[in-house]
Amino acid sequence: MPKITWILKDGQEITAEVPLGHNLMEAAVAKNVPNVIGECGGCLSCATCHVYVEPDWYAKTGAPDDMESDMLEITVAERKPTSRLSCQIKSVPELDGLILRVPYI
Amino acid sequence: MPDPIVILGAGQAGVALAAKLRALGYADGLILVGAEAVPPYQRPPLSKKYVSGELEVERLLIRPRDWYAEQRVELRLNARATAIAPAAHEVAFADGSTQRYAKLALTTGARPRRLPDTIGGALPGVLAIRDLADADVLAPELQPGRNLLVVGGGYIGLEAAAVAASKGLRVTVLEAADRILQRVAAAETSVYFRDLHQRRGVTIREAGALERLEAEAGRVAVAVLKDGTRMKTDLVVVGIGVAPDDDLARVAGLLVENGIMVDGQCCTSDPDIFAAGDCANFPWRGARTRLESVQNAVEQAEHAAAAMLGAVEAYAPVPWFWSDQYDVKLQIAGLNRGYDQVVVRAGKRPGSQSVWYYRQGGLIAVDAMNDALAYAFGKKALESGKTIPPAVAADPAADLKAALA
Repeated sequence: MPKITWILKDGQEITAEVPLGHNLMEAAVAKNVPNVIGECGGCLSCATCHVYVEPDWYAKTGAPDDMESDMLEITVAERKPTSRLSCQIKSVPELDGLILRVPYI
Repeated sequence: MPDPIVILGAGQAGVALAAKLRALGYADGLILVGAEAVPPYQRPPLSKKYVSGELEVERLLIRPRDWYAEQRVELRLNARATAIAPAAHEVAFADGSTQRYAKLALTTGARPRRLPDTIGGALPGVLAIRDLADADVLAPELQPGRNLLVVGGGYIGLEAAAVAASKGLRVTVLEAADRILQRVAAAETSVYFRDLHQRRGVTIREAGALERLEAEAGRVAVAVLKDGTRMKTDLVVVGIGVAPDDDLARVAGLLVENGIMVDGQCCTSDPDIFAAGDCANFPWRGARTRLESVQNAVEQAEHAAAAMLGAVEAYAPVPWFWSDQYDVKLQIAGLNRGYDQVVVRAGKRPGSQSVWYYRQGGLIAVDAMNDALAYAFGKKALESGKTIPPAVAADPAADLKAALA
């Protein structure tokens, strides 16, 4: 299973093995990663699972589609070039080692 | 040891309340009571991805199974509270046990309204969708070629119709009002969804009242409408709204009127009993309000948790909702109650559109169909107390972001 690491604003790192096909919001909630909330359950309605993809990895996660990009307009933390909603990133073998930064305190 | 906080009702609100109490530093005993056998799970996917087989139960869970022990939340499943004694600060359960509480939270949710037994509401093959057990009964019934009658053209009924039509059933939606979604949306939104369903082969029958359901061989087989029409059907899904689950509160002597009456701090008429979520009726913008949504379940429950620990701020949400039907995502920001003006905005993609609701010139809600940008800026406007003028909203070339700056 791909290993995913979340880095919190205070530098704390949380790593989890995420079953293939699961999205990275549900993986974060399952691992109790603070401030990845996913209030809408992953249906692109709340923008509370916002993360910054580590720039080196952005080519592999890819860019948001239109709907996701629109939702990134209302994130609480500033939108950056590698902002994604983690509910829209699925665990796939190519993402083994992926690093996500959680933008909230 | 002090008595614990007890939470009755283990849905989104119950879990959010427990999580928030711990996040705020509450360290004493915490008991979360649920009537079902499964740990708390998300209900919205039941009528969508769960019933269509795309998501299994484990992925519906709001928190992983080991979260409760980690957070020192005692999760009591299969437990049904039967009475509350406010003076004694005690809850009684169906198994005869009792539990004292320091403070009590009611997050009991809502139950689907049923068709009366006298018109066939209890016949085999007549189903509701509210909990996991309902969805588990419905899923294997969704076989291609069968006739499904959906009674009620609200969001839950239309979601069921969408899933069934996608699986190859012949679907009729029967709505007693003049148009589907009449209770919750403007005519413009109704038209959008009527077209969407009709394009997928669903028959939408508005202003159509059900007289009764008849059985053959011990199972529902015919729907008889008030105008005399007889329709053959193999299966009926009833989506005619929900009623707040407020029986315990009523019997306990709490003030109940279309839900458990609470103040801005989520406190009921008893100072040590709080309520949040679908079951709670709270003051919002000058009117009594009861919301049936995940947003309200979570945010009101978090508010209640803070209030139980002494916070005094009043609950003042910007409500939001969503629905998924076929490839259309509907997102709603705000509450359109009392609207007197509606404008439609064409989105930037084919099929994307938004409906903007105003009262006395001020924006109060947006329905966005495959148009997250409209939803996003509508929500942002509502959260910041700003408005986007109707003329701007109606002009697809107008920049919403600039309008809010």
